[in-house]
Amino acid sequence: MAAVAETSGEAASPTRGAWALDRDRLGAIAEAIAIPLIALLAGAALFALFMLATGYDPVEVYALIWAGGFGSSFSWSNTLLRAAPLLLTALYTAVPARLGLVVIGNEGALVLGGVAAAGIGFALAGAPAAVAIVAMGLAGMLAGGIWVALAGALRHFRGVNETISSLLLSYLAIALMNHLVEGPLRDPASLNKPSTGHIGDGFMLGALPGTDIHVGLAIGIVVCLICHVLIRHTRTGFAMRVVGGNPAAARLAGLGVGPLLIGACFLGGAAAGLAGMIEVAAVHGRANASLAVGYGYTGILVAFLARHNALAIVPVAILLGGIGASSGLLQRRLDLPDASVLVLQGLLFVAILASETLRGRLRPYFSGR
Amino acid sequence: MDGDLGLWGVPLAIFAGAIRVSTPFLFVSLGECITEKAGRINLGLEGTLVFGAMAGYAISYNTGSPWLGVLAAALAGSLFGVLHGLICSLPKVNDVAVGIALMLLGTGLAFFFGKPYIQPKAPILPGFDLSFGLLPPRLAEAATINPLFLIGLAAAPILAWGFRNTRTGLVVRMVGDSGDAAKAVGIAAMPVRVAATAAGGFFAGIGGAFLSLYYPGSWNEALSSGQGLMAVALVIFARWNPVACVWAAFVFGGAGALGPALQSVGVTQGYYLFNAAPYLLTLVIMAVMCSRKQSLAGMPAELGIAR
Amino acid sequence: MDAQFLIGRRQLLKSGVALGAATALGSPGAFAQGKAPVIGFIYVGPKDDYGYNQAHAEGAAALKKAGFKVLEEEKVPETVAVEKSMESMINLDGATLMFPTSFGYFDPHMLKLAAKYPKIEFRHCGGLWNEAKHAKNTGSYFGYIDECQYLNGVVAGHTSKSGKLGFIAAKPIPQVLRNINAFTLGAKSVNPKATTQVIFTGDWAFPVKEAEGTNSLIDQGVDVLTCHVDSPKVVVETAERRGAFTCGYHANQAPLAPKGYLTGAEWNWSKVYLDFANAMKAGKTPGNFVRGGLKEGFVKTSAYGPAVSEAARKQADAIKAEMMSKGFVIFKGPLKDNKGNEVIAGGKALGQTDLALESMNYLIDGVVGAIG
Repeated sequence: MAAVAETSGEAASPTRGAWALDRDRLGAIAEAIAIPLIALLAGAALFALFMLATGYDPVEVYALIWAGGFGSSFSWSNTLLRAAPLLLTALYTAVPARLGLVVIGNEGALVLGGVAAAGIGFALAGAPAAVAIVAMGLAGMLAGGIWVALAGALRHFRGVNETISSLLLSYLAIALMNHLVEGPLRDPASLNKPSTGHIGDGFMLGALPGTDIHVGLAIGIVVCLICHVLIRHTRTGFAMRVVGGNPAAARLAGLGVGPLLIGACFLGGAAAGLAGMIEVAAVHGRANASLAVGYGYTGILVAFLARHNALAIVPVAILLGGIGASSGLLQRRLDLPDASVLVLQGLLFVAILASETLRGRLRPYFSGR
Repeated sequence: MDGDLGLWGVPLAIFAGAIRVSTPFLFVSLGECITEKAGRINLGLEGTLVFGAMAGYAISYNTGSPWLGVLAAALAGSLFGVLHGLICSLPKVNDVAVGIALMLLGTGLAFFFGKPYIQPKAPILPGFDLSFGLLPPRLAEAATINPLFLIGLAAAPILAWGFRNTRTGLVVRMVGDSGDAAKAVGIAAMPVRVAATAAGGFFAGIGGAFLSLYYPGSWNEALSSGQGLMAVALVIFARWNPVACVWAAFVFGGAGALGPALQSVGVTQGYYLFNAAPYLLTLVIMAVMCSRKQSLAGMPAELGIAR
Repeated sequence: MDAQFLIGRRQLLKSGVALGAATALGSPGAFAQGKAPVIGFIYVGPKDDYGYNQAHAEGAAALKKAGFKVLEEEKVPETVAVEKSMESMINLDGATLMFPTSFGYFDPHMLKLAAKYPKIEFRHCGGLWNEAKHAKNTGSYFGYIDECQYLNGVVAGHTSKSGKLGFIAAKPIPQVLRNINAFTLGAKSVNPKATTQVIFTGDWAFPVKEAEGTNSLIDQGVDVLTCHVDSPKVVVETAERRGAFTCGYHANQAPLAPKGYLTGAEWNWSKVYLDFANAMKAGKTPGNFVRGGLKEGFVKTSAYGPAVSEAARKQADAIKAEMMSKGFVIFKGPLKDNKGNEVIAGGKALGQTDLALESMNYLIDGVVGAIG
């Protein structure tokens, strides 16, 4: 699984001169940017061929994706609003990936985070808004985090494959959410759409000044930055990367693999849980089946396209938000099936993964050796 | 009245349901078993299953022959398998991740091409009444079995025998246990793994065709609820033994039939939780059967899932 | 559609409006009155699902046929996506009348957007609009389809030999419970001992569970089934294969079950949508709180299948005639739920417009199953 974790300039030999080191680093950075770009272009080209083969004009399709996703201020607000939850659900996959884990139960952690936040928000009616909002955020993060930490613990203590267990936990979380919002937590007034009680307008998160985009976007970007600093510039982050590179060596070096592994899962789950809290506190005001609308699944894609780099998640989430935003326009103007977006996403995903094989092969060209 | 089975209906319904629901699990897990024996894991079989379901239904509708549909589904599945196999043969490419990507791509393509086939009624596969008129009609229904189920049942021991006693089986196992050892005796691992993944896709495609052409016997976008993924977990449960896959698939099918069976006799409380039974069952079984210290008996050593 | 536009222009020229103004056709609010709306439809699932979404899409097709410009988007989830889809139709394609057709689109999504775009008319499928609470450019429409489910029940009661009926339902929400109860009351009016066994699948589209539920019910001796899920296709086909009878829902599923299809409860949204669109075209504000049953033409029944007896036809037709003329009360006291509590007192009759019916949270006596 080492291929998933990023290996950048650190491996450069210290015996070389400072100048050489710089060239190596530059080469590594240039390669890290060039490979995904090549892959994205290749994926887009494959989709253009697919459109041609099925009788659509790829130029027209891409023009509409541009118009619908990025062509006007309205399109941008549409795109950013869709990108907001993806920032956090992507971290669910990206953070544990630094240790070489592939966890994909994003949807479940989001959903549980949303239910927990809605439950707390409803119970705290009358409390000061700041207290309630913080409590809701914490509840969401705890619920999401613990759920995924379970997958990490099963991996560490029982050797259970975390990809499958996280997905099964996600299905269970969605069943649990449905059970709770239709049973114990149901607001009887929520008639034909079973939901928990409304948290009240006072506890709702507002929009970013001058826009109609909720503050979840800003929260998502800040959390991505925090995760980046944590992974790149702290001892814990360094330990995580060591484990991701070589668990056996990490154990020899005396690193506690178990706590790191479970902790990283918790962190990722907490991010997705926070996304659920934001869906409740900024969009719905309550928890219901509309929490499970696929943000989690798209988050997996975002994480892989960003190669699990917390900073790269931001532009990738915006790119996919834009593709999502243009889906309606494609349906209306060209009569394309809604699934064409899935095909485009799938092709981009495959291209990005296949491009891993270019790793280290382009670097010599960039460093001029 | 011959009909009132009362509570006895529950085990009967679970049994009959297990036969009906288990076939896709069986085919996907047999396919995954072949792939994993060669040292690869393909999580993309969920996408293959969905695409197979669509392709099978579409071909059956267009040609009038459901068996041609099954064949088309199997061939489409092999193509996805070849794609997975080839991409994963590139150095540094991770097979679990490629599986997730192909899950998305397969599902997307199936939905894209499947739109015109949601409404039409395609000819579906026949079922055989194995009771030969000896049982009362309602019990006979439980004994009505689709030929694909029988083919799956037969394929399991044949595969198990093949792994043990044929040269091909030996080669697949050798590549799965050590690519280097295989190389030492002059066998290239790559083509064997691609072929094994293609064979896995072949089976998964048939599993999908069963969904759309027999049970529930209709194509739509909600057809699969993760059967393809659970079947991958099921292979671990069956410890890479094709015959054990049969029992595992049966248990999963039965768990899937539990919710509706209980509700049909009036137990409706907590149906979400009953419906989630197969997921919980898989999780518990994996937690119990796996072990931190040693790898599982029968597990191919090169398998990425083990690490 | 072309014809429509030609007439529009000719009228413009006659009325002496400058030719230049004709180019403004298509920008919202360019004319104070009498302009054909551009109509946006949002569906929660695939629009060819043989069920809920298809029923609406058929309404949209009728508008297209009548010359209106129609925009459609399918598989839009009940979250910010629907707000942005509608906004995109308004901003990029000039929509002036919106039909978000899924229940969950109303609050907060449609309401939020209606406040932002006060000149655009929003009409939501469901029963939620309240004059005191909601804006004038919003509204809701719904049909009393439980009338058809009652008739389904009457025919089912006549047809069933075992007296055991089955109902495959998605979720225990008021709309669904009202249908289950109406179906059961219809059956009990023919055979007081008839029971309805309910299976909740938990999801609006869950084909394997729907098929399993159908089989389980038939194993238990049920011989007539109906359902309330997004697409009844699987239930109807599975029952047909097992030789059981079905009553349809949402749309006409007769082609799927030539032997066992008895009758069905169908929406007739074409009428509702044409009323709305024509009102706007005539410069009037479309109604805010629109609902109706068989009498108003909002719902209809499928033609009887070959297995329906003469007696069943006669009785169902007689009740239908009553519903079409003076009104027929389905829910009247004394009525008990299946736990023995009285839910409607003796002598009390809840007419179709009664709001108490819209928060129904019980299964009546004769239904086997529980909520929750």
